[in-house]
Amino acid sequence: MAQWDVANSDCIIVMGSNMAENHPIAFRFVLQAKERGATVIHVDPRFTRTSALADIHAPIRAGTDIAFLGGIIRHLLENDLWFRDWALAYTNIAEIIEPGFQDAGSGGGKFSGWNDEKRGYQFDTWQPEGMAMASAISEHYLNTAENFSSMTHKLAEHPPPEDRSLRHPMCVYQILKRQYAAYTPEMVAKTTGCPQETFLKVCEALARNSGRERTGAFCYAVGWTHHSTGVQMIRAAALIQGLLGNVGRPGGGILALRGHTSIQGSTDIPTLYNLMPGYIPHPNAQKPETSLKDYLEHETVPTGWWHNFPKYIVSLLKAWYGDAATGQNEFGFQLLPKIMGDHSQLPMTMAMADGTIRGMFMLGQNPIIGGSNSDTVQRGLAKLEWLVVRDMVETETASFWHKGRLVERGELSPDKVATEVFLMPAELGPEKEGTVTNTHRLVQWHDKAVDGPGDSRSELWFVYHLGRRLKQLYAGSTDPQDAPIQAVTLDYREKGARREPSAEDVLREINGYTWPDRKQVAAFTELKDDGSTACGCWLYSGAWPKQDHNQARSRVPDPPQGPGTHLGWAFAWPANRRTLYNRASADPEGKPWSERKKLVWWDAEKKDWNSPDALDFEPHKPPGYRPDWSHPNEGMDAISGANPFIMMADGKAALFVSSGLKDGPLPTHYEPVESPVRNPVHPATQTNPGAKTWGRPDNPLHEVGDPRFPHVLTTYRLTEHHSGGIPTRLVPHLAELQPEGFAEIPPELASALGIANLDWVVLSTARGEVETRALVTERLRPFEIAGRRIHQIGMPWHFGWVGYATGDIANALTAVVGDPNTSMHENKALTCALRKGRIPRPPEAAE
Amino acid sequence: MSRPPSRRTMRRPLARRIDDFLRDWSLPRQLAGQPHRSDAARSTLSEGLRPRLEQADTVSTTICPYCAVGCAQLSYVKDGRLIHIEGDPRSPINQGTLCPKGAATFSLVNNPQRLSRVKWRAPYSDRWEEKPLDWAMERIAQLVKRTRDETFVHKLPNGTTVNHTMAIGSLGGATLDNEENYLIKKVFSAGLGLVWVENQARV
Amino acid sequence: MTEVHARAQEHTPSEFNRMIPDESELTAGVRIEPGRSYGFFTDTTLCIGCKACEVACKEWNALPADDVRLSGMSYDNTRRLSSTTWRHVAFIEKEVRDNTQQALQSSWLMMSDVCKHCSPAPCLEACPTGAIFRTEFDTVVVQQDICNGCGYCVPACPFGVVAMDDNDGKAHKCTLCYDRMKGGLEPACAKSCPTDSIQFGEVEALQTRAETRVQELRDRGVAGARLYGTPGAEGATGGIRHLNASFLLVDRPEVYNLPAAPSRPAERIAPALGSGLVAVAGLALAAFALLGRRR
Repeated sequence: MAQWDVANSDCIIVMGSNMAENHPIAFRFVLQAKERGATVIHVDPRFTRTSALADIHAPIRAGTDIAFLGGIIRHLLENDLWFRDWALAYTNIAEIIEPGFQDAGSGGGKFSGWNDEKRGYQFDTWQPEGMAMASAISEHYLNTAENFSSMTHKLAEHPPPEDRSLRHPMCVYQILKRQYAAYTPEMVAKTTGCPQETFLKVCEALARNSGRERTGAFCYAVGWTHHSTGVQMIRAAALIQGLLGNVGRPGGGILALRGHTSIQGSTDIPTLYNLMPGYIPHPNAQKPETSLKDYLEHETVPTGWWHNFPKYIVSLLKAWYGDAATGQNEFGFQLLPKIMGDHSQLPMTMAMADGTIRGMFMLGQNPIIGGSNSDTVQRGLAKLEWLVVRDMVETETASFWHKGRLVERGELSPDKVATEVFLMPAELGPEKEGTVTNTHRLVQWHDKAVDGPGDSRSELWFVYHLGRRLKQLYAGSTDPQDAPIQAVTLDYREKGARREPSAEDVLREINGYTWPDRKQVAAFTELKDDGSTACGCWLYSGAWPKQDHNQARSRVPDPPQGPGTHLGWAFAWPANRRTLYNRASADPEGKPWSERKKLVWWDAEKKDWNSPDALDFEPHKPPGYRPDWSHPNEGMDAISGANPFIMMADGKAALFVSSGLKDGPLPTHYEPVESPVRNPVHPATQTNPGAKTWGRPDNPLHEVGDPRFPHVLTTYRLTEHHSGGIPTRLVPHLAELQPEGFAEIPPELASALGIANLDWVVLSTARGEVETRALVTERLRPFEIAGRRIHQIGMPWHFGWVGYATGDIANALTAVVGDPNTSMHENKALTCALRKGRIPRPPEAAE
Repeated sequence: MSRPPSRRTMRRPLARRIDDFLRDWSLPRQLAGQPHRSDAARSTLSEGLRPRLEQADTVSTTICPYCAVGCAQLSYVKDGRLIHIEGDPRSPINQGTLCPKGAATFSLVNNPQRLSRVKWRAPYSDRWEEKPLDWAMERIAQLVKRTRDETFVHKLPNGTTVNHTMAIGSLGGATLDNEENYLIKKVFSAGLGLVWVENQARV
Repeated sequence: MTEVHARAQEHTPSEFNRMIPDESELTAGVRIEPGRSYGFFTDTTLCIGCKACEVACKEWNALPADDVRLSGMSYDNTRRLSSTTWRHVAFIEKEVRDNTQQALQSSWLMMSDVCKHCSPAPCLEACPTGAIFRTEFDTVVVQQDICNGCGYCVPACPFGVVAMDDNDGKAHKCTLCYDRMKGGLEPACAKSCPTDSIQFGEVEALQTRAETRVQELRDRGVAGARLYGTPGAEGATGGIRHLNASFLLVDRPEVYNLPAAPSRPAERIAPALGSGLVAVAGLALAAFALLGRRR
């Protein structure tokens, strides 16, 4: 949802986020809503600056969010508080699932299809009866049945079977009731530590503020993603919002609060191993897609908007390989590198430590601070043959060979490190032009105000000129393995004495144009799969829709009288849309659910849709349209005029996810990989069965309830610092506000260990130990879990040895452990030991 | 731990100071019955005071480089030098406001600790050496080519074309522009065959 | 929906060649004109303790970072207003217990403190050189080219705001961004404040807004809500008619380290003189009596 739309909410649950601290300007809209009468709830392990402004703070033990959210789902179903008209029409709540399906509630914490040997699920029983659902990114293909692909084509023959009376035992509604039967308020309290009374207050506030007239929003950040169950936490919120009809409507939705200025953009136009621009799956050598034909066959969804997929990938190949991409050579598909498995940052850490990776580029990232298991990261850097660090100063990552923990301990020293290191000055935002994509998909152009100092250059300059040099070095080669670098196009104009490549030209290419005459396409609907268009990212079509029109640079906000969608301020992908799935703000007939929450409506006279937003639906498609199932229907023909979720193959919001998730079609509470207690909800399944772990001597994990590590540790950020800390620890005006690392400790624990405020303390895990100062505070409360008192300790992870504000590295404590779907680490919930005192350091290192 | 620089105080010659003081001392004028708020009380410094933003010859719209909320900022430039950065009042996101980090963007960009030259550390060396940018670019290109050529896999034993190298990685992108991310993926992945291309999205 | 000022429509290029005139109208809804009274109203119920005000102030006024160390006092590592710190966010942690929370800061109080720009201003009255003066915007400013560093203003301030700087030996404090106001710009702290806890405007309008707000909060059940520094409220005592920088608090002023009843030293002169004379007379009488009895 658009950030400013939060101001229209009637109930805001901030969970998995410390919004006031880490996104203060976004929190502005929460307070605006509050001034209009909204209830603000903060569900969080710690009492933070966000909690201080909230109506309700619900404390929970770190990592138990699904137990809490599952409790809300149960409460809504048991008390019939869900928005029936909306959910019945727009979600898959009535769909009938295969008879062989068993939910985790009935299955001891595991769903049907678990394969112990493969440590993964077979997905056959999760499908709608008699067919198979396709997901946008079909990574699930790997461990599923042979006939999966052909089964998805049944979607073009008829929609999934439904029982709108909701009585069928295998309909999603009945499955949900079974799945969450155990998530009673008592169980929520027992698992999360949150008092029942507080939990029920949250349920009531949310239910009271949903329905036709009212909407509620969830706001989350890395407090949800940094878990081995992170994806399912977000899914649980999506499920609740689906039940309550809080999607596509003003003030309703889920706001993801992202942490870096263009982290959204670097996912859309990804520097990620498994994606190509526009959420196109990166070709995988393990999949049976050795040709473009196979790839298109396996990755193209038969129904819904994603049926347009071939146009997007072919246009991308044209943008990358230009004239070298032709109909005769599969548009250069074979030139693309194929991935082999998981190449994300966690296995990358291990691949560096193992010496598999020999050369690394660090482009504005500082993994010694931000990466899990910092000591292993540092050992890995020391094994590289060469390392290029591009940043504003000498970061921890650039200086690992002569400073830092391992050097201090004598494990590393310059004479032992063979790595050749380049430290290159990089330009910052106001020194270059281009677009960033902010948290609500808003693509904003920024102007270049000044040149960066000395030899500092943009990454655009660096990659472009390095690419040009390499193209020269490979120019004469006839080896087929050098064809990709020869083919890749780099024909942007250069500007000025520094020969800066034109960011405008790159954005024009991202937007897309016709080939070969390069006329800008106005929208992705103009893209073709025959090589006559080139487009770097289909989702961004419209950012530069005409020859000299850069929509991302448009600065025309709406006037005070509205409408407040601000379509003239920058560009929001896709198609400048501010609220996704906004067709859902009108009922199946096209009438707004209420005047108060009106956003899109059907004008029967004009025979068209009206909205102050850009419509998220097929233009002109009447609400009464129904596919004629006497014959097969493909693409959008299969989506009725009353199904707003056009990116889904069945046009419906998925309460139950048949395809696309590796750890279950429904969120289930699992304990964090490191936990002080047994799973109270599903005693037979302690942790997420699919969680990625790397059991190796340099990454040991704690057993459940290990008495050596009795406390829960959670890591977090502060308003005054930014992520890895380099851009704030170096700024005096910020460093003075939080000048040193610390750990927040509840007074009960401090007094038991004889720790006074500001004392030095040592936190330790099997991975490492750190010393820091104690901040003893009431804001951290002990929990009574399963008859035991559990203490939680919090430690900010911004600090390192560079800058004015320094401190030990919190990530020296964390482990390389990942969510099965995303390989996201679990640094929000682990276990640790705490003692008073300091770590003995060699005398020369002490000063 | 190093300390931030402290303010340098301005020193004027004693005679000038006495002279200025006698001219500016407002008490006699105020005692003579002129009201507080009249020009009587205002010193030369106060008289000439103007906000330095008025000196800007270019005002550029930039976007805050810290978190993802996307606050718009105005960067004020005079004679090609940045003089200040603050919130853009036109933005529907921040309407001129900024958080503490955003409010410190000028000190981030204008940071005296910033690097301006390429530094290079040879294997087993205990020090940095300054190197020309062009030298570094050529050396990096050669290293990339060498590592790529030594490790490149064109086809798997089963005949599948994979065109990749598992020996070079790239980390970072969430702090960069879309155009930069686009070129990283295009050149490093589609051109050179890197598969270890990642950014902060998983951090 | 968020409202951007209508005048934003007049400035739509991405790059332009001079600052937006009268920008304060866009950011604070008020045009700044000499001869009118301006000040702050700091509503602590909206404060998120982010310290943007502190940073924006130091960035604009080129004030140095100082005393960089961990205080251990909640998140308050600034500790106090000083010659180089003109905004200070105080953090007051109270006991956090389940289900006792009231909305709007019942358990963790945060308040951005600043010079009160008192009316009348004791520091100004104590200044023998005329360095401290009342500007055309009714704000109180120490003119650095006149200040001779006598320091009389320091004890005169009932709030402990004015401070001497070791570097230049002069008195310093918040200027309410005098230079910015001359150019039609909202003071840096108020402009940056993410949640509009710090509001800038004409003093009378702010006082009216404050009265409305405190009533509204009481109606919503925020029992402790009170004003500080508006006419007749706490903080506007002892001869101080009102503070141009007033506050809305949710607890007693002392909890925020604000004096409940500040007063002007000038106000204290007459009574102090009287009680002094009485004391002298009493002592004389007592001595006389004692001596007389001994004799």
